Amino acid sequence: MEKVIVGYPVDVTAEGYLTNKNQWNKEIAVAIAKEVGIDELTEGHWKVIEFLQRDFAETEKLPTIRRVKNVGGIPTKDLYDLFPEGPLLKATKIAGLSKPVSCV
Amino acid sequence: MSNNEKIKRVSIVISKGSLEGIYPGLIMANGARMQGIEANVFFTFFGMDAITKKKMDNIKVATVGNPAMGIPTLIGALPGMSAFATSMMKKQMERLDIPPIPEFIEMIDDAGGKIYACLASVEMFKLKKDDFCEQVEKIITVGEFFDMSAGGQIIFT
Repeated sequence: MEKVIVGYPVDVTAEGYLTNKNQWNKEIAVAIAKEVGIDELTEGHWKVIEFLQRDFAETEKLPTIRRVKNVGGIPTKDLYDLFPEGPLLKATKIAGLSKPVSCV
Repeated sequence: MSNNEKIKRVSIVISKGSLEGIYPGLIMANGARMQGIEANVFFTFFGMDAITKKKMDNIKVATVGNPAMGIPTLIGALPGMSAFATSMMKKQMERLDIPPIPEFIEMIDDAGGKIYACLASVEMFKLKKDDFCEQVEKIITVGEFFDMSAGGQIIFT
């Protein structure tokens, strides 16, 4: 389905995940973050978002929380502090990636 | 999502000390946290091996009395069989990015999950708080466990 986020028409799933990552930009990220209850994207948030995007581009797979820790160097505690209540679900949504389907 | 009411809290009991007895509970606890659900993990009986410093690195798959393994019990009982099956399974899990038990316990703790040991089992096995990994919050009674599980779901594994 189509949705307009801060003036940009984008394709999203029923749950609001972008289906075309080329439509993503930082303004959209800020708007999605607000929707999921994160008022401001700090340097720490961007570090996570950039790692998710970079790792997805390299591996064509969404990283797990463990991979965010071991490869991305972002401690799990920090990840949960930055994106409370569903860190990977929120972070991937903000990063314009798909909803994670892994169990770990 | 079609659910009417989201689960807010789960309390998971891990009572078995084999690899296949421990992992499902850990995956569920970690998965709950990933979903924004509060998670308590209560280790009891041989399940406590998963949080006992001396044992947590050395948890094995049960190759005897486990019909799903597909190997005859007498073969499963041969020396090294359990170690072999364990190493095969660990390799497969590593491929799926499922962490080894000590790292998994640490991840659940970092994710805000709470880890407890069962008082009755601790007394029975003559253990002390020091015998457990640092992530173990407290040794609690079954009554305390029910108190902290109030309003949530309890899962026994």
